[in-house]
Amino acid sequence: MDKPAISIRGLTRRFDDLVAVRDLSLDVASGELLGLVGPDGAGKTTTLRMLAGVLPPSEGDAIVLGQSIATRPEAMKSDIAYMSQRFGLYQDLTVRENIEFYADLYAVPRVDLPDRIERLYAFSRLGPFERRLAGDLSGGMKQKLGLCCALVHRPRLLLLDEPTFGVDPISRRDLWLIIHERIAGGTTAIVSTAYMEEAERCDRVAFLHEGRLVGLDEPRALQGSLGADVVELEVDRPRQALVELARSPLVRSATPFGDSLRLVLRREADWSAVRAALEAAGLRIARADAARPSLEDVFVELVRRMDEARP
Amino acid sequence: MNAAVSVRGLSKRFGAFVAVDRVSFEIGEGEVFGFLGPNGAGKTTTIKMLTGLLDPTSGEARIAGLDVVGDRWALKSRIGYMSQLFSLYGDLTVAENIDLFAGLYGVRGRRREERRAWILEMAGLAGQAGRLTAELPLGFKQRLALGCAVIHGPPVLFLDEPTSGVDPIARRSFWDLIYELSGHGTTVIVSTHYMEEAEYCHRLALMNRGCLIALDRPAVLRASMSEPLLELRTEDPARAVEAVRSLPGVTEASMYGRRLHVLVKDEERARPALAEALRAAGLEIRSIRRIEPALEDVFVARVRAAGG
Repeated sequence: MDKPAISIRGLTRRFDDLVAVRDLSLDVASGELLGLVGPDGAGKTTTLRMLAGVLPPSEGDAIVLGQSIATRPEAMKSDIAYMSQRFGLYQDLTVRENIEFYADLYAVPRVDLPDRIERLYAFSRLGPFERRLAGDLSGGMKQKLGLCCALVHRPRLLLLDEPTFGVDPISRRDLWLIIHERIAGGTTAIVSTAYMEEAERCDRVAFLHEGRLVGLDEPRALQGSLGADVVELEVDRPRQALVELARSPLVRSATPFGDSLRLVLRREADWSAVRAALEAAGLRIARADAARPSLEDVFVELVRRMDEARP
Repeated sequence: MNAAVSVRGLSKRFGAFVAVDRVSFEIGEGEVFGFLGPNGAGKTTTIKMLTGLLDPTSGEARIAGLDVVGDRWALKSRIGYMSQLFSLYGDLTVAENIDLFAGLYGVRGRRREERRAWILEMAGLAGQAGRLTAELPLGFKQRLALGCAVIHGPPVLFLDEPTSGVDPIARRSFWDLIYELSGHGTTVIVSTHYMEEAEYCHRLALMNRGCLIALDRPAVLRASMSEPLLELRTEDPARAVEAVRSLPGVTEASMYGRRLHVLVKDEERARPALAEALRAAGLEIRSIRRIEPALEDVFVARVRAAGG
């Protein structure tokens, strides 16, 4: 294997009494797309800020593109695109002027610029709006423009903090396409998100919870790791079914989704036994389908295990 | 089922721009109803009209039997509203926040005591009324905000991306509360961009360019997608999307991880056309198979079909 693009060892960051990131260690391979996934307060932003060299760690270190963030945080900045949640667009400049501004900032040769901008337009669909003022763009388009500005100098590493936050599903697809266009060109990326549904779009997922790494693997491997059956169920009286299921020693969790219920069974449990118990309680089952474990099911389980392991 | 919300030909124009275009639907008592749509689709404008913040240009809407224009002042006491940007004051204690909402909604005397106790209980904050709200973990804040939004016991509750950024465990316990309210007859209207939230709704309304373009249960919407969805693997998927997305017969092409998701009109015809377009771009198909659509695929397909 090539030398990793990022090698994180024992990375910790404290803010007074709060440990925002605790003893984080992981490697990111060159050309990999790693998803940093967890709820607000899990430590995603703090991790990205440390890797971008804008926040010094309290302990530990990370080697980013060959440079230590603890001792030489400035050394790799020109090779990185760090997009925070408040990326600075110039509202009174047009779409094209914003991209050109960032190109100048990063000293992109003028001769390369038209070609690069065309490429960014092709994936972002911003071409038809190039003369529009950034201030007049919708939220999704602003976010796409921010990403184009961050990418125009073709950095080797992308650190993107919740780039899809508040963006509708259509613009979100364009954002992922822009990211993947760079990945295909050999760029490495870490993208944070609070949404489990987005984690499946990454090569590997690092689940963070309360500053700790609780899981790290490919999405499919994580789903496989649950080792339990998941059943989607429709019954005539879902509320009563929930009461029955909460009592059952065979069921790990039962969650209502609209008219249906989603059950995660215990490892050793068998659906036919659960079904028999529900029917014995007088419930009528209209539909029961085996489902693939979602990353949300996995996250919930990993956090539960971590909590159980704690004194 | 009694209609808690009844909307007939509701429209809103801003000058020449039609933000909401003759929308009609009904929501039953106790139903959890989701609003989806891209930015600018008219969701927010519709909800502003339903909550009496904005007058319709034409059409009518009734909430819990009240007309949103004629009965605007009475309406306020029959609806609750909670947005992702919580309306709680961080520098007030839990009890002070509850009392503030009680005052705003005219909940007084013994009823106020009862409601305060109920909110503390449902938010898991019993015995913590004196804590500063800013110090609460996000999941507790969210449940407290929900409690405050329904302090006056409204029959209809509006939620705007209520569980954005919350961890899945806290989200599930939040939705437990929503179903609890719904089970007691409260109608809940949720507006969101996230399928994770949409999946919790009994029915979903999909808006695009001011129009209602789909309305059904999530499972029915998923099953209703007649166009086949193909999953492809190639060596440079981003370039592959570019190569196939404007092909005739392709409705939508996007990336899912390193795979391509291509929505086509006709699978038999699309397969050779896709192979040829990719070959012309110097790319080879490693694998291609038909897959089941997720709710997001349905959403995007419907929006594209409606010209979005």
